[in-house]
Amino acid sequence: MSDVASGAGPSAGPPQAGPDPLGGSTVVPDRRGAPSLLEVRGLAAQYGPTRVLHGIDFAVAGSGITTILGANGAGKTTLLRAVCNMIRTSGEVVLAGERIDGLPTETIVRRGVAHVPDGRGTFMNLSVEENLRLGAHTRKDRREIGADCDRMYAHFPRLKERRRQQAGTLSGGEQQMLAVSRALMLRPRLLLLDEPSFGLAPLIVQQLFEILKSINQADRIGMLLVEQNAAMALSLADQAYLLETGRVVMSGSAAAIRSDEQIRRSYLGY
Amino acid sequence: MDQLLHQILSGLATGGIYASVALALVMIYQATHLVNFAQGEMAMFTTYIAWALLQAGLPYWAAFAITVVGAFVLGVAIERIIVRPVENSPILAVVIVFIALLVIFNSIAGWIFTYTIKPFPSPFPAEPLFGNPYLSSHELGSMAITLVVLLLLFVFFRFTPLGLAMRAAAQNPVSSRLVGIRVGWMLALGWGLAAAIGSIAGMMVAPTVFLEPNMMGGILLYAFAGALLGGIDSPGGAVLGGFIVGVLENVVGAYVGSELKLTLALVVIIGVLVVKPSGLFGKVHVVRV
Repeated sequence: MSDVASGAGPSAGPPQAGPDPLGGSTVVPDRRGAPSLLEVRGLAAQYGPTRVLHGIDFAVAGSGITTILGANGAGKTTLLRAVCNMIRTSGEVVLAGERIDGLPTETIVRRGVAHVPDGRGTFMNLSVEENLRLGAHTRKDRREIGADCDRMYAHFPRLKERRRQQAGTLSGGEQQMLAVSRALMLRPRLLLLDEPSFGLAPLIVQQLFEILKSINQADRIGMLLVEQNAAMALSLADQAYLLETGRVVMSGSAAAIRSDEQIRRSYLGY
Repeated sequence: MDQLLHQILSGLATGGIYASVALALVMIYQATHLVNFAQGEMAMFTTYIAWALLQAGLPYWAAFAITVVGAFVLGVAIERIIVRPVENSPILAVVIVFIALLVIFNSIAGWIFTYTIKPFPSPFPAEPLFGNPYLSSHELGSMAITLVVLLLLFVFFRFTPLGLAMRAAAQNPVSSRLVGIRVGWMLALGWGLAAAIGSIAGMMVAPTVFLEPNMMGGILLYAFAGALLGGIDSPGGAVLGGFIVGVLENVVGAYVGSELKLTLALVVIIGVLVVKPSGLFGKVHVVRV
């Protein structure tokens, strides 16, 4: 990411970011001086009477990768759902300077937030190709969609072999690839990834993360990655937050957290 | 033999009507997992609109087009205004709403247009087309129109982005929202399309059964039998089921006795539910425990 950081000026934001009416006053610069793509302040969420998130602050840099680590039940999935308003929340969610909290999920998606959901969200009865095309549902440039499908097939040749097949017949790992591809078909500004490594063989995980890294750098898509696989996530991300029962207990650069023996032992368990 | 062929062909003609209504039922069922009991009465009501337009002196196909568009708008409005507020209510509440719609449309039609039976014109000539001895030109024409409608729907759902989005929204609303589909509007659109299909079926059947507020009651039953026979969650199956029921009904009516026609629909419904609840082409739901 160092090639991006040096040239960071006012033009370093996401290419399709809208005008900033407040002159950037709501955009808190991150450590590299670029405005954050996603700013979350005091995010709280609950299922019925059970509070799951207790006022969380975090940010995703313009073309950075932020990871949120935590054990089962820490609130990672809930956090992603809260960002795109799939559950009732309170707090501020700011995308490229604009408040998006409270907007309907589909509107948030139309602003460029793609989501690889928990459980993969496959359209089981539709073909693989139809799943991909649905990912591009809101795009206006319909002519380029075919080319983007081919790009996804280049990333994941397995999907190409099965393009006419019903997506429900895919294995778990293939459905995970499909979920990532479907999300990328939106040409998002921000990609939310809910445990993309779940159910994948270690070798495939490695491939997937390399693909994510290359997409992040080539297309400058900001990513918010939620993972249990801390080692992999920290090697991919540049910012990391540690979540414990709905609270951020630690945050910093991924490199710093990875090299801190103490944190690794007590929180990450590897 | 000639007689049987005649019965089968004219059964296919009425079967087309059942197939259309069955498809309308399946479209709503796929999105809501409920049968819209008011589907037939909505079709009946829009046929009255066509009748009124014809009385006002409009040419047939102009009245036809306005009616189809009007039915579409009516369907969308019903979903948005009446069905939407009860969307997440218990099933029985929604069923009651559907039955209420049935009664309301029936009564409004009777109130505005009276319960007197009215003739409804066919757009097709009175003498048989191409000199064929088996089918009247209305039967042939209405079969052609149903087939065109079914084909258009197939192309729409199979090959257009909007059709794909509607299928997705019916199957998986959560994932659909995550790709930016406005699920609520897709459901409303589904209601609009179902109502439009119903209106065409109504206008095609009215010349044979005559126009009156209860004209769709039996047809809804046949269509429901067809939809169940083909598989209530399979659009193609429902269409085929509709045609099969049409043929069966006609053959039974001719050889067994016409008073047993409606009984046949009920026999089919019970038979399918007992022997193969998923129908010929429906999905068998397996639950992993």
